[in-house]
Amino acid sequence: MNAGVVTVLIAMLGGAIRVSTPFMFVAVGECLTEKSGRVNLGLEGTLVLGAMVAYAISYHTGSPWAGVLAAGIAGSALGAMHGSICSLPRVNDVAVGIAMMLFGTGVAFFFGKPYIQPTAPRLTSIPFGGFSDDLNLRSALDINPLFFVGIAVAVIMAWAFANTRWGLIVRTVGDSAPAARAMGISVDLVRFLSTTVGGFLAGVGGAFLSLSYPGSWNQGLSSGQGLMAVALVIFARWSPLRCVLAALLFGAAGALGPALQSVGVTQGYYFFNAAPYILTLALMIASSSATRSARDMPGELSMAK
Amino acid sequence: MSSGAPAASGLAAAGTPPSAPSARYDLGVRLRANSEYVAIPVFALLMAAALFAVFLLAIGKSPIEFVNYVWRGGFGTAFSLQNTLQRSSPLILTALAVAIPARIGLIMIGGEGALVLGGFAAAAIAVPMVGVVPPIVTIPVMVAAAVLVGAMWVGIAGYLRYARGVNETISSLLLTYIGIAIMNFFVEGVMRDASNPNKPSTKPIGDAYMVGYIPGTEVHWGFPVGVLLSVALYILMTRTTFGFAARVTGGNFRAALAQGLPVGRLIVGCAMIAGGCAGLAGYFEVAAIQGRANASLAAGYGFTGILVSFLARHNPVVIIPVAIMFGGLVASGGLIQRRMGMPDATVLVLQGLIFVVLLTSETLYGRFAIFRAGDAKERT
Amino acid sequence: MSATGFSRRTLLKSAALGAAGAALDLGAMGRAFAAADLTVGIVYVGARDDFGWNQAHAVAAEALKLVPGVKVVEEENVPETDACAKTMESMINLDGAGLILATSFGYYTPFVVDMAKKYPDVQFRHAAPLWNKDKDPKNAGSYFGYLNQAHYVDGVAAGLSTTSNKLGFVAAKPISSVLSNINSFMLGARKTNPKAIVQVIFTGDWSLPVREAESANALVDAGCDVITCHVDSPKVVIETAEKRGVKSCGHNASQAPLAPKGFITGAEYKWATIYKGYAADIAAGNPLPNFLIGGYESDFVQNTPFGAGATEAAKAAANGAIADMKNKVPIYVGPLKDNKTGKVVIDKTYGNLDPYLDNMNYLLEGVVGSIT
Repeated sequence: MNAGVVTVLIAMLGGAIRVSTPFMFVAVGECLTEKSGRVNLGLEGTLVLGAMVAYAISYHTGSPWAGVLAAGIAGSALGAMHGSICSLPRVNDVAVGIAMMLFGTGVAFFFGKPYIQPTAPRLTSIPFGGFSDDLNLRSALDINPLFFVGIAVAVIMAWAFANTRWGLIVRTVGDSAPAARAMGISVDLVRFLSTTVGGFLAGVGGAFLSLSYPGSWNQGLSSGQGLMAVALVIFARWSPLRCVLAALLFGAAGALGPALQSVGVTQGYYFFNAAPYILTLALMIASSSATRSARDMPGELSMAK
Repeated sequence: MSSGAPAASGLAAAGTPPSAPSARYDLGVRLRANSEYVAIPVFALLMAAALFAVFLLAIGKSPIEFVNYVWRGGFGTAFSLQNTLQRSSPLILTALAVAIPARIGLIMIGGEGALVLGGFAAAAIAVPMVGVVPPIVTIPVMVAAAVLVGAMWVGIAGYLRYARGVNETISSLLLTYIGIAIMNFFVEGVMRDASNPNKPSTKPIGDAYMVGYIPGTEVHWGFPVGVLLSVALYILMTRTTFGFAARVTGGNFRAALAQGLPVGRLIVGCAMIAGGCAGLAGYFEVAAIQGRANASLAAGYGFTGILVSFLARHNPVVIIPVAIMFGGLVASGGLIQRRMGMPDATVLVLQGLIFVVLLTSETLYGRFAIFRAGDAKERT
Repeated sequence: MSATGFSRRTLLKSAALGAAGAALDLGAMGRAFAAADLTVGIVYVGARDDFGWNQAHAVAAEALKLVPGVKVVEEENVPETDACAKTMESMINLDGAGLILATSFGYYTPFVVDMAKKYPDVQFRHAAPLWNKDKDPKNAGSYFGYLNQAHYVDGVAAGLSTTSNKLGFVAAKPISSVLSNINSFMLGARKTNPKAIVQVIFTGDWSLPVREAESANALVDAGCDVITCHVDSPKVVIETAEKRGVKSCGHNASQAPLAPKGFITGAEYKWATIYKGYAADIAAGNPLPNFLIGGYESDFVQNTPFGAGATEAAKAAANGAIADMKNKVPIYVGPLKDNKTGKVVIDKTYGNLDPYLDNMNYLLEGVVGSIT
């Protein structure tokens, strides 16, 4: 059974690295958007469109990195659409996000039909497990560069929020639009840019899905990961670094269900498969308290009002 | 909510004949102000249609043919209209599950989980009663079980919000996935009907225990129940102390606390009403359609309801026409696929476009003098 | 003229099909079609081009479109809710469909049965062996290929391809046809390798690419060195196995190009046989059979041509197994015990199409996994 425990732990390590990356990109992107005072629930659609565009471009150009870039551009297009529509007075950003989710998914499915069957060039992973003789560990440590890019983006963003003028502007716009206007900042422009960049990151997250792991394009590819990632931003209390941790945790917990079944712990697999949700909920309950609830939430978020 | 003002202004936004409820007030003024709520959505729909027509022309299909099929498939024949109404009925109930908490300032997106568990509870309690207890007793018990379990499930999210400050949006979403896992665990395990090897389900409840259709139609009872419940909840939220207190809490949480309103009970109460509505939708899925509980309960109605509620600006009465429009689009989507040889994704694109344009059109309210009756000032 | 030439050819094919011994229940024949003006409505649960279950049907159903006078209308992404009933009804009411082909398991009860009762003049055929001669409407019926025979052949080859004696199976849901595929795969493997065990992971749904990839990885981590699956679109599982450097067996359609190094063989439906038979019946004005099931003996299933992962020994054994299947050699040779309680669940030897096996709700000894 000891070998079983090791197998499960290695699987969870691998899962954390493999499964977390799209959550990370979407959550960090949404973190930026929400810090500026907008919610873009449409990132599920962005993720799916990014996955499709990345796969298609990689297939046509032979270059997966061109696919990643194209996915980012497609994502920023959806983000810019959301950002500009929500600049209009009285338009509800949460609702527009849900509508954009349908729109993005629909466009991706419609134009993605010809790419379900062909095999496109994928992103190659970097082997970090050379030190070990354990083939499983070596496989778990085959890490896609995008994983590190995601962490780097989160670190830079966290640093920028705390230490740069741009970070201050975004935070001010997110916390109090009147204060930002008094400082002569264009609130709509900042939010537009934040949503666009958030869309870019979510698109790149989609590229990871189709070009790295699971590394395929079809209509069932995302199945709600974008929506969940947006929710993880709340869990991470609007901190890019905590977004990374939340994504890692979610990925590791997601590996639990298959890993337990593979070592013969098979009864009740529906609950093991639901482990990421159960764990996240338990952590939220444990870490929250009635007094502190909204402290980290940007004051301008429509959810907060 | 930032869109609170238009939502509060009432019935006439329903897009149905705008006069009746308001007729006893100053008719001319009301009509003028309210016609805005008809004219702008109609304009938005036309805009969306125009945009979609461009898309269709670009892929070499005929927009005229398309419009014809939307009409025929969704509304134009007796069959189509009933098809549309039937498809809209779960959406009315799941949209209410979003609209009621929204009034108190909560974004609950856990209707899917409450629907699934409510439907499962109804089937689970009915199975041992079938053939032993007559339907006249069993059916109310099923309804009660579905409503209670649904109410408890979303109530958990409400309670966690009030007592522990856990964000209700994420907790209700997480509870949805957990609820689906619970249902699957039982339906594929101890409660599985061994005689149905190809679709893990509970035992069937049998025809005598089903609710069936409204006589003379092919629309099940979920539709009129949804409509009545929408009206009842509209009255609850606009004409009663409870509704007033809930709206005050939603408008300004601290002020509500300061005034000594029972904030906790209001929050949990709204969450439970929401869950009850979704649970009831689950009951109708089991008792009017599936005849048993299985994984098909998780068909996404809970998630579609979120969009319906937002489009209706969380107004329970406006939910009805929005849900019907949605049902019609889905119903006609099939005909469009079949006759025009277009993939299902076309309907998703259309839905996305329509809703984006409709939501964008909200910025137009109050901008046209023709609708203004003197008192409507523009908000920013 | 080409049209008559075509129908004569298909007629011959249909005669050959009948002679091949497909289970035609002639006693309960439905109404014959007037081939001149028939609209066929086909309902799919997912996208028609999913590179899996739905695509296999859609490609094979093209045969119906070639019949003169037949119009085919298709609707995809129809969930197993009243949407399915309403879609069939809409095909009947608005398109004038006279024959409905419902291609997802969960459509049958209650939707296909209810609609068949409501529209007795319309024929319904459903892709699973669920039609019951005594209980169900005479204008309904079933068609199905017993893919477990091809999974058995996969197992025979896999048993000779493993060094760890552990084979991995990624499965969607524990329904009888999936369980039969798993059990047959295990029995095939045990035929050539008595020490082989089959490790199962259920993902919980038909299309969950990320969890399917995680499951394939977990199985490899646990020591499995041959991976196969029963999910809607097996692409991800096969590609993950290839990436991890283990061998694989396919499902539903040919995945050979996805795994140039490790692909052994795969279990494929041959829906074309069934749909071409239907097309021939319609062209000839014959009624469609109510119950049309079969496996290798009726040419309803096949194995993918061997890939680079198949050794000569494995090829020889698999070819032998294919010959056995064509000769109706039984897979389930009793008594066999389940893997949970050790109770005998298959008391005697059953023929490969025996309806007793359609109610399979257990995994056999030799399989590691649980259906709940």
